[in-house]
Amino acid sequence: MTTKQIKNPLINFLLQLGDNALIMGHRNSEWCGHGPVLEQDIALTNIALDQIGQARNFYQYAATLISESSGEKLTEDSLAYLRDSWDFKNCLLTELPNGHWGQTILKQFFVSTYQYYLYQELEINSDLKLAGIASKSLKEINYHVRWSSEWVLRLGDGTSESKQKMLAALETLWPYINEWTIFTDYEIEILGNKHQSIKEKWEEKIHAVLNEAGLIIPSDAYAQRGGKQGNHTEHLGYILAEMQFLQRAYPNSEW
Amino acid sequence: MKIGIRKFFYGDYGEEKNSAAESTASRETINEWPLWEVFIRSKQGLDHKHAGSLHAADAAMAMENARDVYTRRNEGVSIWIVESKYIHASNPDDADALFDPANDKIYRHPSFYDLPDEVKHM
Repeated sequence: MTTKQIKNPLINFLLQLGDNALIMGHRNSEWCGHGPVLEQDIALTNIALDQIGQARNFYQYAATLISESSGEKLTEDSLAYLRDSWDFKNCLLTELPNGHWGQTILKQFFVSTYQYYLYQELEINSDLKLAGIASKSLKEINYHVRWSSEWVLRLGDGTSESKQKMLAALETLWPYINEWTIFTDYEIEILGNKHQSIKEKWEEKIHAVLNEAGLIIPSDAYAQRGGKQGNHTEHLGYILAEMQFLQRAYPNSEW
Repeated sequence: MKIGIRKFFYGDYGEEKNSAAESTASRETINEWPLWEVFIRSKQGLDHKHAGSLHAADAAMAMENARDVYTRRNEGVSIWIVESKYIHASNPDDADALFDPANDKIYRHPSFYDLPDEVKHM
């Protein structure tokens, strides 16, 4: 199936929210069993599960809306497992390989703080179902922000080795930051004029935490983009190959 | 960073060094994170109960780890953490001297009184 032809801004927005959450969750799940210590392994796996749970909520709602308008019978699984990479609207940052622990943390910090300000706006959206999902997710996001920003401070302001690694990670991820706040038409349709304040609050928070962590923010403002339109890096294909294999090889199998 | 983890058992602390504060120095490498004991209150009005232990670099991390490791199935409404080195434990070798004498003092249980029917909830 494909969702490329869909014009409804709410459905597109829901797909984007779901895709960002799902791909983040999948990337974090790769850490399961590989965390630096048992406690952090569990912490990150918890976050992965939170994100996949959020993705499910967005997909379920989107699947209902698509089914209603097209008559095609869809479920959350069709959206997660049967779409191809050009249908996915996640930002490129989410699909990048995890790298080391510090890079994973930094990515989580960027995404969680963005979701934090975004969901605060969605929580008061006139679409009550969307508002409900955002409100439920915010409790989890709150913790993700707290956990990831503490780690950014720890590692940025830690040993010279940890600082070096965080600076390198920042260098790698920074070109993928701007895409989040280059808003598409369907985002602006749902968010109204709120999108500007999300951008401002998010940037302010990022700068505050990075400054406190003693990490110098790269001046290069070049923006890697295209994810929101379905133009992805090669990495997404590999993620989908692994994630979707079972449903594609054995359609409708359950466990 | 290689993080060494060494398993302690309850009761190890007092014996290793006589003073609790010194036991930090006995950690094998400086990269090793201290051990913390976690106490969870399962609901308002109940006591905090020992839930287990974990490793963390400091109290803030220990609190987050405790939340992730011990309350992910809705087990608690409040968490206490204390660094394990501050817990003084009785020596298992002393168990006879400490606890056996209470074994045959059944009269210390208030079970030899006839309670009037009017007294409830005893």
